[in-house]
Amino acid sequence: MANSTSGQEKKSYLYFPGCTMQATGIAYGESVRTLFRLLGLQVEELEDWNCCGATSYMSIDERAAFVLSARNLSLARQAGPRDLVVPCTACFLMLRKTQEYVRQYPSIRQEVEGALKQAGIPPMGPVRVRHPLDVLYSDVGVEQIRAKATRRWHGGRLACYYGCQALRPYAEADQAYNPMRMDELLQAVGVTTVDFPLKTKCCGGSLTGTIHPVGVRLNYIILKEVARRGAQAVATMCSLCQFNLDAYQSEMREEAHEVFDVPILYFTQILGWALGGDFRSLGLHRGIAGRNLIGQWFTTPKEVEAYV
Amino acid sequence: MLGIYKQEAYERHLRFQRDADPTWGRKITALPGCEGILTCMQCGTCSAACPLSVYMDYTPRRIIATVREGFREDVLRSQTIWLCASCYACRVRCPREINITDVMYALKREAIRNRMYPPHFPIPILARAFFDMVKRRGRSTEFWLVLRMALRSNPLILLGMAKTGWHLWRTGRLSLGYEKIRGVGELQKALASPREEV
Repeated sequence: MANSTSGQEKKSYLYFPGCTMQATGIAYGESVRTLFRLLGLQVEELEDWNCCGATSYMSIDERAAFVLSARNLSLARQAGPRDLVVPCTACFLMLRKTQEYVRQYPSIRQEVEGALKQAGIPPMGPVRVRHPLDVLYSDVGVEQIRAKATRRWHGGRLACYYGCQALRPYAEADQAYNPMRMDELLQAVGVTTVDFPLKTKCCGGSLTGTIHPVGVRLNYIILKEVARRGAQAVATMCSLCQFNLDAYQSEMREEAHEVFDVPILYFTQILGWALGGDFRSLGLHRGIAGRNLIGQWFTTPKEVEAYV
Repeated sequence: MLGIYKQEAYERHLRFQRDADPTWGRKITALPGCEGILTCMQCGTCSAACPLSVYMDYTPRRIIATVREGFREDVLRSQTIWLCASCYACRVRCPREINITDVMYALKREAIRNRMYPPHFPIPILARAFFDMVKRRGRSTEFWLVLRMALRSNPLILLGMAKTGWHLWRTGRLSLGYEKIRGVGELQKALASPREEV
């Protein structure tokens, strides 16, 4: 579609995985890479990237937080005029926030640029930071996904859960109040999505680890609404949302005496499977809750026959 | 009338002019991102939008008013600043476009700098562990972070986390790697460069 990098046949992107893509969110990274490959998009990992600092750096030293992201933005600029694709919402927001604050406040610009200069890091440039949801919706498009789908969805109804920091405050991955892009993309491959009013309600982020009862309660509320709306699984676009909703279901079973066994998927896993990706390369074996359903939904009829 | 209520219940809410420190309030409102505090009209949309306000002792609306008046102690000792999960729900709903999330960050920084939090409180410990790890290595590993946080706050919570850890291990999502980036030297230099204000 939009081929901004001239002279190249395939559109090429820089990729910023972030720390969680090597640990709890490994399936997200795997599925993003697989999906982009299936769509014929080139993805190159940003060389020697550093951690974005997430919410912790902002709580200790604002300037240090901006400096961390500034180094990444500098690396991205050196790597060429390509859009930087950032699946992790915390990394996405920190990179965008750094750009905005540097643009808005001369004092911050001066400090950040001074720190880079002192360390001999080239200055950061105008890099376009993008969430995969935006890339898939705007650059690839719903129609192309529909055209390229080789498998029809035969699983249950899904609730699309967008989370917080990819939409707020900058509303670039999708609009802030009633995002629909994930719904539209998944519907294109035959998924039925339910109306889900809590689609942008916070999962608590790191609160599940720090103020545990509150964090778990927030996730309980979301899962209750998923069930009430008649959805059998959740599609997410953030590794922390996925982890929180996935990992604490067994705990809710003990505390709330309610049985939750809801698969928590990444939207890229579902799209990747529809485009013919294989089970393991999409990280589908890495789910904790609802493993039976995942096993049933993500098998092609042929594979089912082979088992029988 | 007063006699039927407990003294402490009032003590938390009654304040005199002399308890306020308006200079501190002005200092906070001068920080980048916090300017909007002065334009707040106390509509309470932030508290309504906040998914965590029901667990807070001071709602976001009250925090804004209390900062503006300069009641430093009340603000920095509140649970609110720690419960804020930075989801920006308040920010996008605020009719005056006040950057409430960044106000909360500024208050967290104030509280951490002045050590105004309960002993063994996990959030500042996690933030500090995260800060140090990234400064030393350039990247973070969730497993070691959580382990450090637990050991320094309350090791007993590791028992509760063991099951989650096992699930993550079973599905190949528990990384024990301790990565270091090549450019860690330049990163440390950039982080250590002299600053203008504190």
